[in-house]
Amino acid sequence: MGFLEEDFRVKVGLAEMLKGGVIMDVTSAEQARIAEDAGAAAVMALERVPADIRVQGGVARMASIEKIREIQETVSIPVMAKSRIGHIAEARMLEAMEVDFIDESEVLTPADDENHVNKHNFKVPFVCGCRNLGEALRRIGEGAAMMRTKGEAGSGDIVEGVRHMRAVMRGIRTLTILDENERMAYAKEIQAPYDLVCWVAEHGKLPVPNFAAGGVATPADAALVMMLGAEAVFVGSGIFKAEDPAPRARAIVQAVTHWQDPAKLVEISRGLKDAMSGLDSGKLTPEEMLSRRGW
Amino acid sequence: MAGKTIGVLALQGDFSAHEGFLSELGLQTRRLRSASDCIGLDGLVLPGGESSAMLRLMEPENLFEILGGLIGEGMPVLATCAGVILLAKKVIPEQRSLGALDIDVERNAYGRQLYSSVEKLRRAEPEAAGVEGVFIRAPKILRMGPSVEVLAWRKDDPVLVRQGAMIAATFHPELGSDGWVHSLFLDLL
Repeated sequence: MGFLEEDFRVKVGLAEMLKGGVIMDVTSAEQARIAEDAGAAAVMALERVPADIRVQGGVARMASIEKIREIQETVSIPVMAKSRIGHIAEARMLEAMEVDFIDESEVLTPADDENHVNKHNFKVPFVCGCRNLGEALRRIGEGAAMMRTKGEAGSGDIVEGVRHMRAVMRGIRTLTILDENERMAYAKEIQAPYDLVCWVAEHGKLPVPNFAAGGVATPADAALVMMLGAEAVFVGSGIFKAEDPAPRARAIVQAVTHWQDPAKLVEISRGLKDAMSGLDSGKLTPEEMLSRRGW
Repeated sequence: MAGKTIGVLALQGDFSAHEGFLSELGLQTRRLRSASDCIGLDGLVLPGGESSAMLRLMEPENLFEILGGLIGEGMPVLATCAGVILLAKKVIPEQRSLGALDIDVERNAYGRQLYSSVEKLRRAEPEAAGVEGVFIRAPKILRMGPSVEVLAWRKDDPVLVRQGAMIAATFHPELGSDGWVHSLFLDLL
């Protein structure tokens, strides 16, 4: 199967290295340095964080070449960057710029409202968002080497991220108890490739690392998604839209490591200032929900 | 080997991949996250991941001093990729390290992720079967002290070395399909 071949192992290998870590959205070299100093496992180069994209509106595109270069030159940790869903040309440009991972992301305005990029054709690995197991396996079928929940980016509200992580984990658990004769019907129901459905049923996990993203604003939020089964955490607006980016970044990094130790979480969280104010994602209209982009 | 407990540094990285190989060898494993986890160990594993992230997480837990002490007393260590950077005497570009292994190592020396690869390795024992190494944004050993022995090369680069009770791989045996490097570690226990 394609996902066991050598190139794919190398792609997943980098995702394995990021486990237990925090991937932080950054929009400048200065923010990238703060992220690396705080212990980020990687940074995501962006023009605007999702909270600003929501407020300012307009078409959100791949970051500028200068922005990505500036961040690549500043840090030694992996640098990721986002491409629009289905934007093969942005993805090829990011690959040519040697970013370490491409996030084909619903946070940017989709370029194709029917198709995601065929990620098998690239040497650079991709991460994609998902809301449930079917969506995760469709993206893995296209060649994604890492999955993350979509959550609701830029909201500072963890409820959608929780919903998506629970849906993915519930789908995995369901598959492990189904009779093998029921797998094709389940594949049909969740609209997922049959071979990947069988792989998950036999292994009880996704064939690629399974990270959380969307709405993480506090160390407690980060610990929560780890408790639900995330293997690492993306933080977007939650750090640089807070009053205290550097201490908050450090605290979230520690929370992802020490999520099983509540006393430590208390110690880590003490003294932090206000988190980003955030939006109640339950009050967003369907059109305002970034997580509904892609399928 | 029953009853031996290996402490796997579990701050960040692919520590869980090591646990599978260690368990297959009949070893107990314990995840090291705080000072209190480091009592009663028979060996250490420093896994792959991001060395700068691990360093940040070691500092508040005093793990730098504790692990340095255990290694100084001769506790067997298996270090892979970022673990080698933590263990090295000197890191390029400059970064704090335990300094126990007499090598200079350059971070990300082969380039960014596009240059990550699976490579055939040449082993020091001529009769040994060919093996492969998974290299992910790998470091390179630029200098070795006289007490460092090379166990495997990637072309002319030393990629698996031993000094006393320390084994260090710049690739990821924990992502490989056989446990030959973990078996070498078992022999040190």
